[in-house]
Formats: sequence, C-alpha cells, structure tokens
Amino acid sequence: MPQIKIKSINAFYEKLHVLKNIELNVSKGEIVSLIGPSGSGKSSLLKMLVGLLIPKSGKIYLNENLVNFKNQSDLRTIREQIAIVFQQYNLFQNMNVLKNVCIAPTKIQKRDPKEVNEQALNLLEKVGLKDKLKSYPDELSGGQQQRVAIARALCLNPQILLLDEITSALDPELVKEVLDSIRLLASEGMTMLIVSHEMNFVKEVSSRVVFMDEGSIIEINNPRNIFEKPKEKRTLDFVSKILKEK
Amino acid sequence: MERLIEEIPNFFTIWNVIFLAKAMGVTFLLTAIGCLVGFSVGGLLAIFRKTKSIYLLPLRIFIVIYTEIFRRVPFLVSLLLFFYVFQIIKISDDLFLIATITVCIIATAYIGEIIRSGIESINQTQWDAATAMNFTYYQTLREVIFPQAWKVILPPAFGFFIMFIKDTALASQIGVMELTFAAKILNNKGFSPLLSFGTILILYFILSFPLDRFGKYMERKLASNKN
Repeated sequence: MPQIKIKSINAFYEKLHVLKNIELNVSKGEIVSLIGPSGSGKSSLLKMLVGLLIPKSGKIYLNENLVNFKNQSDLRTIREQIAIVFQQYNLFQNMNVLKNVCIAPTKIQKRDPKEVNEQALNLLEKVGLKDKLKSYPDELSGGQQQRVAIARALCLNPQILLLDEITSALDPELVKEVLDSIRLLASEGMTMLIVSHEMNFVKEVSSRVVFMDEGSIIEINNPRNIFEKPKEKRTLDFVSKILKEK
Repeated sequence: MERLIEEIPNFFTIWNVIFLAKAMGVTFLLTAIGCLVGFSVGGLLAIFRKTKSIYLLPLRIFIVIYTEIFRRVPFLVSLLLFFYVFQIIKISDDLFLIATITVCIIATAYIGEIIRSGIESINQTQWDAATAMNFTYYQTLREVIFPQAWKVILPPAFGFFIMFIKDTALASQIGVMELTFAAKILNNKGFSPLLSFGTILILYFILSFPLDRFGKYMERKLASNKN
C-alpha cells in the first residue's frame, strides 16, 4: 500500500507545463531518488508535494487519503506529514540556528518548548553543529546551512522527508555524514524523496530511481538497472553523460 | 543688522512665544497624526495588497487605485480638493480637521507603498520555507518577513516623516495656523522676515532632529537581521 500515490498529475508555472502526467507510488520507508537534467521537473514535483505548486489536474493520495489542494485544511495536513529541505536551504535569516530549528515545532505545531529544544539540540549534535546554536545563517558555510535545514526539517517529526539537491553544497567529507544520517532515517521508517545530481549518492542510498526529463517521468527502475542497463534511450544518454563527466 | 537686534526683545514677547508654540504644536500634531495613521493604515494596506484570496480582490483593486492616485497628486492639490469638498458637502469647517484628514490620506498612500516594497524585498524562498512549515500568511509576516524587512522600510519611512514635517507648511494655504502661517503673520505685523522665518527655521529643526535620531535608533534596534 503506497504512502504517496501520485496519479496523472499535471502542473504549470503560469504557461510552462512543468509536470506532465506524473504517475508515481512511494511506499513507506522507501527512498526514491529523482534524477534528470536541470528543468526536468524534479524540484517542481517535490514542491507540489508540500503544496508550493498546485497541480492543475490529477490526484494525490497521502496514506490513502485524497489531497484537495484547494482546501487549506488538506494543505495543512500534508505539510504536517511531509517536510522539505530546499536546495537553497531557505533558513530564516533573522533567526539563529537554534531558533530556525525550534520555531515551527513550538509556534506552529504548539509542542512543548522544552521537549522541542531538547530534540533540536540532539539533531544539531547529530549534524555536527552543536557549537553553532547562536550563529546566524549568514555566518555559516553552505554545508553548515544545509545541515541546519536538515535538522529543521527533522525536528518537525515528519513521516516523509523531501530532499532537494541537499548534497550540492556539502563538503566532500560531509556527504558521508549526511548519507549515514539518511540511512539511519530510512531504517527508522522514514520515507524519502531525494532530488540529486550526485549519482554515487543516489546509487548508494535509493530503493528506486526515477528519471525525469522535460516534466515527464521517463523511467522508474532500481538503481543498479538505471545506471547499468536502463530501459530507455534518454535515460542511457543522461546517465552516460553524467558518469562520463564524473 | 542693528534693526534686527533691536527687534529681538519685541519679537520674543510672552504672547509671541505662546503664539509660536501653539503653531509648533499644530505642526507637530499634523505630522504625528499623519505618521501614526499612515504607518498603521498604510501597513494594513500593504499586508492586504499581498494577499492572494479571491475574496479580497476588490479590496486589493481599491488599494492599488487609492495608492497610485494619492502618491501622484501634489499634497497642495489634495488639500485644496478636500477643503472645497468639505465646504460643499458641509461636513465640517474645522480647518485643522480638514488638514489632518488630508495629511492622513497622503501619508497612508506613501507609507503603504514603502511598506509594500519592504515586504516584497524579501526573497520568495523565505515565504516558501515558512509556507512549507505551515506558517499562515500573518505568522510568516510577523515571524519572518517584517523582522527582515524593517531595514528596507525604516530609512525611507523616516525620510518621509521628516519631509512630511516640512510639507505640513502647505496647510497654511487653507488657513491652518501652523508654523509657516504663524511666521507670515508675524512678518505682516512688521517684524523682519529674517527674524520671523529664521525663528521657525529653528523650530522646524527642533521638531525634525529628534525624529531623525529616533529613526536612526529604530533602525539600529529593529533593522538588524539578528534580533
């Protein structure tokens, strides 16, 4: 039984058709990676799942419940269950690291500030930033900001985590740490959708890989097949090009 | 010069001092009411203008028309217009009330636009992050957008307030006894223009300087990203 069921979804940015007839099921605990050239709709698909892009047609079921994107209560429900880490981190510039992590759980989810604070400290320790609690985003490196963003998303206790290009700004030695954290999350039953250009990361961590191009899903396969014997020529062209560049 | 020095004791009589103080009070009140109403109502207009609800579309259209008209019409023209409208429909003949209403309408349009541009200066990514975490529109404004937008809003807002102190001099055109009008009267009574207008120059400075310092203080206090 899929935790997320996406059926015939079409979405537009004004007149630009960014998601074309998307069909995808994601089961609980699964890690699905989205790969494809820039502008292929990967990030748009993640944004749509948190209601930042409203689909024009199609249906999405979350835990078998149909999501009505025009209903604020439905949007609130999906955002309670799905957290996203953005490519540009999107940390609140007016808040220090600790407040960035704690603000939504305390002010929006109305959880006990003490308990949230404790969880935030644990998460920040996990991502190696316990000594940066009072720092502001503009005092941190890109990699550090990305790790704060991951801690911020996890502090919301989501069932599903969306990661949009999270390794792009990380120092090479930190990619492993993030990978380990993601593996740990997967073993705890966290469902994840990951957009990444880091093919090694994708190969290592994914249960399935989705190749997208020009807003459509071209191929869904396991990582081994998608990188070694893809079914579609467009997938082969993309994968060969990327692996050649590496 | 000698005549000027001779005039000083006659100029600064208790009556003239009270007369000038009253006029200064009128200028201060016009500015203070204009700024307070302008900032609060203008802030609300800016907030509603950014909403996306279809139900608020008529309000957004009204706000755009109102702001665009009153930012483009000279203050004196608005003042004379309201003066004659009030005369025709006989609402009130209180000149101070007419000047205050005009001042509030103009200040609201200008400050509303300053606040709107401050809100829009904040990157869309900040809105996206807040929305994805279930912040409402008003929670996003309060917790995320305004704390970052103050540094864009406050310098032009206080610049406008200070310019506004000077602009209230135009209220003298409909007979409001503010500082400029008071200087004209003293000049007409025979006091030298240098003394009459030189005195109100100092009084305008006394009014605007603390406001300028207060603006700088608020910028330091609110406009830092790190609060």
